[in-house]
Amino acid sequence: MSDERLKQVSAIRRAMIRPELGAICGTILVFVFFFMIAGDSGMFSPEGVQNWGVVSAQFAIIAVGACLLMIAGEFDLSVGSMIGFAGVVIAILSVHWGLPVWVSIIAAFVVCVALGALNGFLVIKTGLPSFIVTLAFLYILRGLTIWLSILTTRQTIIGGVKEAAEGDPLAWLFGGVILKDLFQWFGDIGIIDTFTRGSRMGQPVVEGVPMLVLWAIALIIFGHWLLTKTRFGNWIFASGGDAQAARYVGVPVNRVKILMFMFTAFCATVFATCQVMEFGSAAADRGLLKEFEAIICVVIGGALLTGGYGSVIGAALGALIFGVVQQGLFFAGAESSLFRVFLGGILIFAVIMNTYIRRMITGER
Amino acid sequence: MSTPLIEMDNIEKHFGPVIALGGVSFNVMEGECHCLLGDNGAGKSTFIKTMSGVHKPTKGVMRVSGQDVVFDSPRDAMEAGIATVYQDLAMIPLMSVTRNFWMGREPRKSFGPFKWIDFKHANQVTMDEMSSMGINLREPEQAVGTLSGGERQTVAIARAVYFGAKVLILDEPTSALGVRQTSNVLATIDRVRKAGIGVIFITHNVRHAMAVGDRFTVLNRGQTHGTAKRGEIKPEELQDLMAGGQELAELEGSLGGTI
Repeated sequence: MSDERLKQVSAIRRAMIRPELGAICGTILVFVFFFMIAGDSGMFSPEGVQNWGVVSAQFAIIAVGACLLMIAGEFDLSVGSMIGFAGVVIAILSVHWGLPVWVSIIAAFVVCVALGALNGFLVIKTGLPSFIVTLAFLYILRGLTIWLSILTTRQTIIGGVKEAAEGDPLAWLFGGVILKDLFQWFGDIGIIDTFTRGSRMGQPVVEGVPMLVLWAIALIIFGHWLLTKTRFGNWIFASGGDAQAARYVGVPVNRVKILMFMFTAFCATVFATCQVMEFGSAAADRGLLKEFEAIICVVIGGALLTGGYGSVIGAALGALIFGVVQQGLFFAGAESSLFRVFLGGILIFAVIMNTYIRRMITGER
Repeated sequence: MSTPLIEMDNIEKHFGPVIALGGVSFNVMEGECHCLLGDNGAGKSTFIKTMSGVHKPTKGVMRVSGQDVVFDSPRDAMEAGIATVYQDLAMIPLMSVTRNFWMGREPRKSFGPFKWIDFKHANQVTMDEMSSMGINLREPEQAVGTLSGGERQTVAIARAVYFGAKVLILDEPTSALGVRQTSNVLATIDRVRKAGIGVIFITHNVRHAMAVGDRFTVLNRGQTHGTAKRGEIKPEELQDLMAGGQELAELEGSLGGTI
């Protein structure tokens, strides 16, 4: 064995070519920035943390799916429409048809994952860019969602899910809150403020950890493990890196890509279900622009738009940056439209950085 | 003489009205480097794709170690011990050497229902195989993109050999490389041949072929012009056969023998 050249790789360079690096720096910067400008606005109180934590978790759920799909070399622009569609399916089945909520949730998952498979199948069979195929589904699903909603209930917002979901086991898995006792105890000993008036007097202002956050953490751990530690993860990299080369050594590229489309649809449905359970209603316009926000999180996280390179941890940090900035500007009292300016700016910056890093890895000049 | 590792007997391949291969016979022995030469459009690609299971021959018989075989897919050919290394599709630059080396055949550990790649073992084997091919990696996690073109070909060859290839088909492994990298690849071919593997070296560069070849077959317009042993044929004759003789000979005169 001759690894005498091992020392030549400097620690800095090794860190540079990790896909998460940019996102780690970004996260630190964002926290420092908001600590300075909004440190005393309640942004870092338990309530504040819950506020941006939930928003970040929402982004993270769809970013994990988009991340794995992008590394496999494809896009899904129908994520946002899928969120609206899944929500309306749950609401129509449970409220309008009177099915148990758990049946409605399972039905929504089955239908949406099947639609994800259809997306993937069309991309593979036609050889068209996934950009076009899923753009078509962005419109098809949004249109269907509005039509279905108006056809069955004559309105685009369907309420009453909260009442229907009362005591439903599966509904709790998406809309519930855990560690209530712990947070009550935090309230009792004074770590968290408690309500001083009204029907919830004595209860902590932060009830517990929402299941949504748990879903986000579980999906991040699963996605990261799948991508970096398993054979299937190696195939995801290979399918996005060079599909033909992967096929030559026996990687089932088509199966990998279709499964990733299905996983993305699964994540969108998790998002939709949590949202419906939280609000107690579904609306046909939910999830607007979410597909792009997911892609931005993934790109901030260091993934290449061309596939074959990226990190789930990076995408999760991208989601955290996204959530903290969106809510932080609100806490800081800044004009909320500035958020979009920030988003565009950071997107361009991240893509330029990623391109540079790719050149470093592949030795292109 | 022993039976050839792979034998192609009077293979024909038609694409509609086009006869891409019009009766080509070819074989490779153990520990031999058989060069297949031909100009662009001579039918080299069609021929190797037939051998590696991508195309099915229209007519003719293929034998592996004396047994008649029909390959339905590249997978069948791989299982029969025939590995193909393509010029530009050998490796994925953004992935690490280890990930590339094991792609499609990752070694796994498991605990209950969970299975994951045994990276310790995978990295160790990769380092060992690479150093036996004369490439010293800094670390197995380094991206293939940091390797030179010649090293990439060598990784692909090492991979094929490690996974039990008996016949190695190399599709123009040297055509995009510089001088030093070419000699590295040629040295690798020599090393592989000495390990008893039959090498089919496809090229249109006569000098590269002469450097390592034991036998030479020239393909021209879907036909072979016979097979010659090392020492029986001069480079100029091979060049003539590839170009179909005549015109090149005239051209060579006017260019002062530089082609």
